[in-house]
Amino acid sequence: MKNTELDEKRIRNATLLSIIPGLGQFYNKQVFKGIVFLAVFLLFIIEMVGFGAGALVGLISLGSIPGENHSLFMLIEGALQILIFAIFLLFYIVNIYDARKVAKLWAENKKVNTSITSIMGNVADHGFPYLLTIPAYLAMIFAIIFPVLVTLFIAFTNYDFYHIPPASLIDWIGFKNFINIFLLSSYRDTFLAVLGWTIIWTVCATTLQIVIGIFTAVVLNQKFIVGKRVFGIIFLLPWAVPAFITIMSFSNMFNDSIGAINTQVIPLIDSLLPFIDIGAIPWKTDPFWTKIAIIMIQGWLGFPYIYVLVSGILQSIPEEQYEAAKIDGANAIKRFRHITMPTIFMIAAPIFITQYTGNFNNFSMIYLFNEGGPGSIGAGAGSTDILISWIYKLTTGTSPQYSVAAAVTLFISAFVIIVSLIVFKRTRAFEMED
Amino acid sequence: MNLFKSQKFSQSLSKVFTYFYLILLAIVIIYPLLITASSAFKAGNITAFDLSFDANWTLDNFRRLFTETLYGEWYMNTLIIAIITMVIQVAIITLAGYTYSRYRFIGRKRSLMFFLVIQMVPTTAALTAFYVMALLFGALDQSWFLIFIYIGGGIPMNTWLMKGYFDTVPIDLDESAKLDGAGHLRIFIQIVLPLVKPMLAVQALWAFMAPFGEYMLARFLLRTPENFTVAIGLQTFINNPMNQKVALFAAGAILIAVPISVLFFMLQKNFVSGLTSGGTKG
Repeated sequence: MKNTELDEKRIRNATLLSIIPGLGQFYNKQVFKGIVFLAVFLLFIIEMVGFGAGALVGLISLGSIPGENHSLFMLIEGALQILIFAIFLLFYIVNIYDARKVAKLWAENKKVNTSITSIMGNVADHGFPYLLTIPAYLAMIFAIIFPVLVTLFIAFTNYDFYHIPPASLIDWIGFKNFINIFLLSSYRDTFLAVLGWTIIWTVCATTLQIVIGIFTAVVLNQKFIVGKRVFGIIFLLPWAVPAFITIMSFSNMFNDSIGAINTQVIPLIDSLLPFIDIGAIPWKTDPFWTKIAIIMIQGWLGFPYIYVLVSGILQSIPEEQYEAAKIDGANAIKRFRHITMPTIFMIAAPIFITQYTGNFNNFSMIYLFNEGGPGSIGAGAGSTDILISWIYKLTTGTSPQYSVAAAVTLFISAFVIIVSLIVFKRTRAFEMED
Repeated sequence: MNLFKSQKFSQSLSKVFTYFYLILLAIVIIYPLLITASSAFKAGNITAFDLSFDANWTLDNFRRLFTETLYGEWYMNTLIIAIITMVIQVAIITLAGYTYSRYRFIGRKRSLMFFLVIQMVPTTAALTAFYVMALLFGALDQSWFLIFIYIGGGIPMNTWLMKGYFDTVPIDLDESAKLDGAGHLRIFIQIVLPLVKPMLAVQALWAFMAPFGEYMLARFLLRTPENFTVAIGLQTFINNPMNQKVALFAAGAILIAVPISVLFFMLQKNFVSGLTSGGTKG
C-alpha cells in the first residue's frame, strides 16, 4: 500500500519535473538523456529569444515602415517559426511521455538504462524506424507543409501588384479574398464559371480515358487476336512519350488554318465517307471546339495507364469463373457486367480516383494546348481555363493577384482532399493490413 | 442449324469489329506521333506538321538545334535535375517505405494516414508560396529549388507505393535472417532490397521522367533562357507557328521521346506488377 503511494509520487514528480525538459530524466537517474533533452530545450529558448519572438511579432504586424520592413519576409519567417514551434511541441510531449514511462519502469522495479552506452544501444534499436523516416519527413515538411502554411497565410493578406514589398507593406485583411471569390460579383462570376468547367472537364476527360482504357483492354484480351504484342506496344506509346511533347504537337495539329486536323484529317474523312462534309472546324478560336479537342486529347493521353492496369486485372480473373457463368447461360454482355466489371472496380477504384483528381489539376493539358483560351471571361481567366491554370495566370500575369491565387489554391486543396477522402473511405483503401 | 449459322456469323462479325477497332486506335495513336517525328527530318521552314513524304529529307534540323538554339543547355539542365531528383527521391522513399512495411512503432498508423492525406495536396498549386520562398532564399531561377520541390512533392505517394511493394516480400525472410544474427542494416540491404528491384526501377523511372514533363513550376521559377528545362524551352519553338521553328521542335522532341520511351518499354513489365500489387493496397 505504502509502496504504491511512493510509486505514484515518483511518477508524478518525474512528470512535473519534465515541464522543464531534462529534469524529469535527471530524476529518473538518466543523466545522459537529461543532458540531451535539456540542451534541446535551451537551444529552443535561445532560438526563441534570438529569432523566434521577433518573427512571431513580425508575423502579427507584418511591418509598419514601408521600404524598411519587408512584410513578405516577415510573414514567411513567422510561418517558419510556427513550424519550429510545432516540432518543439512534439518533442515536449515526447519528453513528458518519456519521463512518465521511465518513472513507471522504476516503480515496477524493471531494468532501466542509465549508462550512455545502453541508452545509445536502445536508441539504435528502437529509434531505427524513426531514423529511417526522418529524411522523408524533412523533405515533406519543407516542400509540402511549409508551402501550404505560407499559402494559408497569404490568402488572408492583400498581397497583389499594388502591394509589393519592400516598397510597400502587406496587411492582414481577414476573409476578404474569400468573400471576393465566393460572394462579390467581381471574382465570383469568373470563379463559378471556371469551377463549373473544371468539374465538367474532370468528369468528361477522366471518364473518357477510363472507358477507352477498359474497352481496349477487354477487346485486346480476346484469345483469337493476332499481333497482340504489336498492338500492346502501340497502345502504350501515348504514355511512354512525355505528355508535354504530344500536347504541344496536338496544339500545332489543331491550328485552325494550318493544322493537320483541318488541312489533312477532315478532308480525308470527307472523301472517305459519302454524304458527309465536315469542313474546317475552329478548334482554337471557338471555346466549344477547344473544349471538345482538349477532352479528346486527354482521352488519347490517359487511356494507356488504365488499359495496362485493367489488362493486369483481367489476366488475374480465373477462367473457371467465366466457364461456370457460361454453363449457367450468361451471355458475353452478362458475363462482362457481373464478373469483369465488379472485379475491375474493386481493385482499381482508388486508382481511378487519382485519375480524376489528377485531371482536376491537369495544368499542362489546358495551358500547353491553347493557354486556357480562346478569349477571356474576366479576372484574367480564359474560356477553357481550369482552376489551376487560372491560379497560374493570377500569379504570373502582368498584374499579379497573389493573395487571390492563394485563396483559390486553398480551395482546390480542400476540394481535392475532401472528395478523395470520401471516396477512399468508401473503397477499400483505408483498410490496412493490421 | 440456323442458330449455329447465326452464331458463327455473329462471331466473325465481332472479329471484324475487333480488328477494325484495334487498327483504328493504332492509326489514331501513330498518326500524330508520326507526323511530328517526320517533320524533324524535313528541310525548309515548316509551320505545321503533316503527313507528306515529298519533302527534302535532311538532318540539318538537329545541327541547327545545337548550334542556333540553347537546346543543348536545356537538355543538360533537365538531365541534371532529373538525375538528382531520381537518386535522392528513390533513396528517401525506399528507406521510408521499408520502415513502414517492416517496423511496428508508435505513431505508425497515424503517420501512414498523414502520408495518404498529404499526398492529395496539389503541391504545384502553391505557386505563390514557392515564389515567396524563392525570394527569401535567393532561389529564383535556381534549379536546386526545383529539385527540392520535385523531391518533396513525390514522397508521400511514392512512399505508399514502395510500402505496398515491400509488403509483398514475405516477412519470414527477415525473421530467419534475424535468427542467423543479421542486424537491421544487413537484413535491409542484403536480403529485402534485392527483392524489390523491379519496383525500385519503376520508381526511379517515374522520378526521372517527372522533371522532363513538369511545366508549370519550371516556367514560373526559371527566368533566364539558359536555365530552362526542355519542356519550357521547346515550348518557345512552337507556341507561335509563325516563328517557323516547328521542325526544330520536332527534332528536339525526338531526342527526348526516344530515350525515354526506350527506358519505358524496358521497364514496362515491372510497372504492370507494381501497379496491381503496390497500388491497389492504396
